[in-house]
Amino acid sequence: MFETLTGRLGEVLNRLTKRGALSEGDVNEALREVRLALLEADVALPVVKRFIDEVRSKAVGAEVLRSVTPGQMVIKVVQDHLVEMLGKAQAEIDLLAPAPVPIMLVGLQGSGKTTSCAKIARLLSERQKKKVLMASLDVARPAAQEQLRVLGEQAGVATLPVIAGQMPVDIAKRAIQAAKLQSFDVVLLDTAGRIHIDEALMAEALAVRDAVQPHETLLVADALTGQDAVRLAEQFHKRIGLTGIVLTRMDGDGRGGAALSMRAVTGQPIKLIGIGEKLDQMEPFHPDRIASRILGMGDVVSLVEKAAETLEKEAAEKLAAKMEKGTFDLEDLASQLRQMRKLGGMQGVLSLLPGVAKVKKQLADSGVADKQLARQEAIISSMTPWERRNPKLIHASRKQRIARGSGATVPEINRLLKQHRQMADMMKRVKKMGKAGLMPPQGFPPGLMPRR
Amino acid sequence: MSETEQTEEKVGWLRRLKQGLRRSTGAFSDGIASIFTKRRLDEAALAELEELLINADLGPAAAAEVVENFRRTRFGKEVTPEEVREALAGEIAALLAPVAVPLPFLPQAKPQVILVVGVNGTGKTTTIGKLAQNFRKQGKQVMLAAGDTFRAAAIEQLQIWGERVGAPVVAGAVGGDAAGLAFDALKRAKAEGCDILLVDTAGRLQNKAHLMAELEKIGRVLKKLDPQAPHATLLVLDATTGQNALSQVEAFLGVCKVTGLVMTKLDGTARGGILVALAKKYALPVHAIGVGEAAEDMQPFDPLAFARALTGAI
Ligand SMILES: Nc1nc2c(ncn2[C@@H]2O[C@H](COP(=O)(O)OP(=O)(O)O)[C@@H](O)[C@H]2O)c(=O)[nH]1
Ligand SMILES: Nc1nc2c(ncn2[C@@H]2O[C@H](COP(=O)(O)OP(=O)(O)O)[C@@H](O)[C@H]2O)c(=O)[nH]1
Ligand SMILES: [Mg+2]
Ligand SMILES: [Mg+2]
Repeated sequence: MFETLTGRLGEVLNRLTKRGALSEGDVNEALREVRLALLEADVALPVVKRFIDEVRSKAVGAEVLRSVTPGQMVIKVVQDHLVEMLGKAQAEIDLLAPAPVPIMLVGLQGSGKTTSCAKIARLLSERQKKKVLMASLDVARPAAQEQLRVLGEQAGVATLPVIAGQMPVDIAKRAIQAAKLQSFDVVLLDTAGRIHIDEALMAEALAVRDAVQPHETLLVADALTGQDAVRLAEQFHKRIGLTGIVLTRMDGDGRGGAALSMRAVTGQPIKLIGIGEKLDQMEPFHPDRIASRILGMGDVVSLVEKAAETLEKEAAEKLAAKMEKGTFDLEDLASQLRQMRKLGGMQGVLSLLPGVAKVKKQLADSGVADKQLARQEAIISSMTPWERRNPKLIHASRKQRIARGSGATVPEINRLLKQHRQMADMMKRVKKMGKAGLMPPQGFPPGLMPRR
Repeated sequence: MSETEQTEEKVGWLRRLKQGLRRSTGAFSDGIASIFTKRRLDEAALAELEELLINADLGPAAAAEVVENFRRTRFGKEVTPEEVREALAGEIAALLAPVAVPLPFLPQAKPQVILVVGVNGTGKTTTIGKLAQNFRKQGKQVMLAAGDTFRAAAIEQLQIWGERVGAPVVAGAVGGDAAGLAFDALKRAKAEGCDILLVDTAGRLQNKAHLMAELEKIGRVLKKLDPQAPHATLLVLDATTGQNALSQVEAFLGVCKVTGLVMTKLDGTARGGILVALAKKYALPVHAIGVGEAAEDMQPFDPLAFARALTGAI
């Protein structure tokens, strides 16, 4: 998702990166492109304007002038501000209320309320071991109640038995009553789709709200929504009062500007995102991830920062010295693996680098590389200090003992030793080229680079 | 909305549409009024006009083009808000006029197979119900095929529509093969001498290759029984969708020969301005618009009414 916005901003900011000092004119030129990109990404116009104004006032001035690489500074300001507007912290469904906790889902027709209802119910019951009851108040859409019942069966979550002809407020009251009697922890109320200017239906939603006093009122909205996002979110918030937003269809190739729009006009956090039609396809919303995706150029700035933070200076210097002497042993490899893990594992490191979105996706699908990191660490930790310093002297019987200790196989150990040898060689070569300062994370251990 | 309007139970579709659009275009009209009251059409005014079009989901590129035309003909003139609205509506309506084509009826086809596709939740099933109702009113024999075998209760939803409008529904098992179902339905529709077969499909996001391939297969299988089938493939677009509609049209065109568009949910505050960008880029016929959830809430696409609603010229 977000590829196109990604491309556009990438282009603009690249141009900027390649220039020297940054003038107000440069900032304005970049921001014109950012504005266009945001509009093409369906961020609503008022929100775009606000964003641009705020970024401009941050970017032009001392901060930028002091910076060594002005382009990166703008990138960082744009990115930081995007994250800030998307809501810095991760928000969760709040269940801190007397049971049964009523949660109501509202939104336009077809936005994904019923599906999200079942997904949330599944999360709460499986992950948090809550006893959840779902009830459909949708008496408008044909077979809507049946839809929720079937999804309840699939998710292994109870649904309120349907009484034909019962109206939404009465269904809601019955659901709360039943939940009290049967000691459910949470009651999820799925409602009919309504357009925010439909007086009768908005009044109905209000009546339900007043009857059950939901602890959470979640707006379920389509991530593909255009400029209307601000109007609908504003209206739902003003009329019914929202506590959070669920964004569906984030698995599409939409650029997701609606996330920014709705967050900005309601001030309410995006709590969850839907990433598919199946019931386990729902995730927490990570503002930083989404912002990075929107910018999509790999966050060079934060890579620099994060790496600096994480790679302890001492260890780095020690490693540099060893490289200087050409004595890079397994102890060093282990410490390098640990550092990579601190950077968020393979995926974390990759997500910080530009141009690897595709590889990253493949990795995410497999999860293989991170598992591999952990296994390799385990192997090294099963070695004696002597072995770590003398990898060339690890023979068959030692390998077998290490294999037993780490739960790995001998071929795996051989692979690791080979990787280490290649790395040590590479480092010697680097040293010869006079670039002894070259440090990970640029240099992945050979063989750890994801294969296609 | 006034008291009388609120209490009026049965409002005609035009009235309904206008009510909805008036509410939704209120801000837009006010915007125009504030730009142009006693104003000359200068650069600043044009820039604001462009923003108002962006606000209606035309997208930055199409909005810029429309305004550029406007600049050529009217720059520097003294204009009233009414004039601007009408002129802008006229300009947009002219752009849309070529795509305002009703869904053709092919009496020889027996049945005319209409495949309905689109992303999730746009209103495919509802549109089928509305189309079926229309055809039934014209005395045609209509059959429906419950090709959404994936979504929970999607089959039941179509069956209820079938009962409402008096059309038999061919349905298979949940999770079954949609192409096989479509094949069976066409066979039966042929045997029973139906005029129209409407084939529902599961919603699918256009970036999911395997789901898109399934549509290709449905088309292929239908052709085994009738090389002309499907005679029409309608892509249903949701008016609240923003610029992603462009990508939707492109992708669906790529896998199945989309012959026309239907835009739903124009009864909200979304103005569906993306149709302008789509008309420029793809020139696909727009057969109808959806303005509500009931069977009668479907209307032919009227470019001038649409454009006037868009610019607040109603
Ligand atoms: N691809 C995708 N489809 C979704 C997602 N959430 C819901 N849907 C689909 O969107 C359609 C409408 O969903 P539904 O829950 O019935 O919407 P409601 O009318 O708001 O209750 C269905 O086809 C769902 O399978 C999502 O996160 N991703
Ligand atoms: N307000 C409004 N709602 C609509 C319109 N068309 C469909 N809907 C609603 O949108 C939701 C999804 O419609 P459905 O036909 O099930 O979509 P599908 O998943 O594409 O088949 C349902 O609640 C419909 O009642 C329309 O023109 N206006
Ligand atoms: Mg529903
Ligand atoms: Mg459907």
